[in-house]
Amino acid sequence: MIRFENVGLRYGIESEVLRDISFTLTPGSFHFMTGASGAGKSSLLKLMYLAHRPSRGLITLFGRDMARVTRPELPELRRQIGVVFQDFALLDHLSALDNVALPLRMAGASDADMVEHCTEILRWVGLGSHLHAKPSTLSGGQQQRVAIARSVINRPRLLLADEPTGNVDDGIGMRLLYLFEELHKLGTTVVIATHNEALIRRFNHPHLHLDNGRLHVVPAQPARGG
Amino acid sequence: MALFFLSRPSDLPLARDPSARFLVWITALMVFLATLALAGAMMVSEMAQRWDSGLAGGLTVQIAPLPGGAAAPLDERVEAALTVLRSSPGVKTARALTSADTARLLEPWLGPEAADPLLPMPRLIDVTTDGPVDVPGLAQHLKSAAPGAILDDHAVWLADLRSFTGAVHLAALGLVGLIGGAGVMSVIFSVRAGLAIHRHVVELLHLMGATDRYIARQFERHVVGLSLRGGMVGLALALATLAGVHHASRGLRASLLPDLTLAPWQWAALALVPLAAALLALATARWTVLRRLESLP
Ligand SMILES: Nc1ncnc2c1ncn2[C@@H]1O[C@H](COP(=O)(O)OP(=O)(O)OP(=O)(O)O)[C@@H](O)[C@H]1O
Ligand SMILES: [Mg+2]
Repeated sequence: MIRFENVGLRYGIESEVLRDISFTLTPGSFHFMTGASGAGKSSLLKLMYLAHRPSRGLITLFGRDMARVTRPELPELRRQIGVVFQDFALLDHLSALDNVALPLRMAGASDADMVEHCTEILRWVGLGSHLHAKPSTLSGGQQQRVAIARSVINRPRLLLADEPTGNVDDGIGMRLLYLFEELHKLGTTVVIATHNEALIRRFNHPHLHLDNGRLHVVPAQPARGG
Repeated sequence: MALFFLSRPSDLPLARDPSARFLVWITALMVFLATLALAGAMMVSEMAQRWDSGLAGGLTVQIAPLPGGAAAPLDERVEAALTVLRSSPGVKTARALTSADTARLLEPWLGPEAADPLLPMPRLIDVTTDGPVDVPGLAQHLKSAAPGAILDDHAVWLADLRSFTGAVHLAALGLVGLIGGAGVMSVIFSVRAGLAIHRHVVELLHLMGATDRYIARQFERHVVGLSLRGGMVGLALALATLAGVHHASRGLRASLLPDLTLAPWQWAALALVPLAAALLALATARWTVLRRLESLP
């Protein structure tokens, strides 16, 4: 699914933010990404959702060597990646429903299909009564849930979430994690960057741990007894 | 078509940009000017053609009444001139205009008094040709046969007229081109402003897998809607202006001005100006957006 080999990333002329990153995510895997603030979690996710090109190293995504993918091929690849941005990145002038419909609209879905699907998923994240609300009238946690609904609406092959539970209480956080688990069971590869220790402990998955620009893969803990 | 474009939801809130209203009015102004310039070009070439077909292949002989009665009476001199003309090579017909004809020709300038028999009127002979005429030779001939006869060869001032109307025509078309260029620049400016204002949204759409064409379409739709709206306003104003000028020119007693009328196909062509403006705007918007998006990874 994803393979990084000795990938490095630097912004401008500064020293590398990510160094010698090597890992492989198998299709259908579920990983948390951890690390201190500024460790490079968002940067690594940006490499994965093709927002940046690496300064060096090799990235293979969906079996394609990204160095050889031409520009016109990128949109098709990007549409198979669902992203929950750390700042949500909702469109302020669109309703919650229209925001969630965005990926479907890009894929050319019919209006009726879009409304039905989007309503369903917004109900699922507990926003059934806010379908036509503009993001600016929603709380931080509600906006986050819209962002999550949008990231999963077109059943991406790869789901990348940057702090998707940062603004919600543990109850809703748990519920959102279950949504990701559902997708995961349907075969989506999931990577979630989070600081939330409770969630990490509750859902037993391997970690990609970033420390000072380097990556360590921490395998899932063996199931605790009792 | 405008409604179709405007009713679709847009991922970019372009309609609220300050440049939106600017683009409507600038297009209105440009379509207004371009339509008038085009109409002007059409009228000028129409006019030139009419003069051309009316005067080309023709000569006019003017025989002035000579004071003092030293020469033969006017009618005799006219007859003499006609005889000379009809025997000259290249002359097809030669017809003397009656005093009434002459008075009618002069009426626009002189008013009904032109028919006053006391007014010393020259007599005119209308000559059509069907071959080359030795103009200076003929003039000489006429002068000796009928004193006071002046041969007016239209070719000289017809050529002047042709080059003049040609220049006016070119200038009008050049003006249309310049207006089009200014329109393209306004669209580029407006689209660039839109791209800058909505940079985050554009980048987001790009990251979510929108193709460059998808993003460009948002701008195209916006710009086409605006320029069609502005274009219709501009066209309406231009047609009203033309109708006003036409009306005013009809009211002139002396019809010095040529008929300011256009053929139906010319009116149709003018009605297409806003459409052409919208197409130009569409192509410009697409090109501008696609070029800008190339800088995104
Ligand atoms: N666009 C950028 N230009 C320059 N430097 C950047 C840019 N984005 C991030 N950085 C730098 O890269 C480093 C890693 O940032 P990143 O956002 O990836 O951290 P993070 O692990 O996501 O942090 P947090 O947990 O606070 O979200 C930081 O030192 C940051 O200053
Ligand atoms: Mg971050």
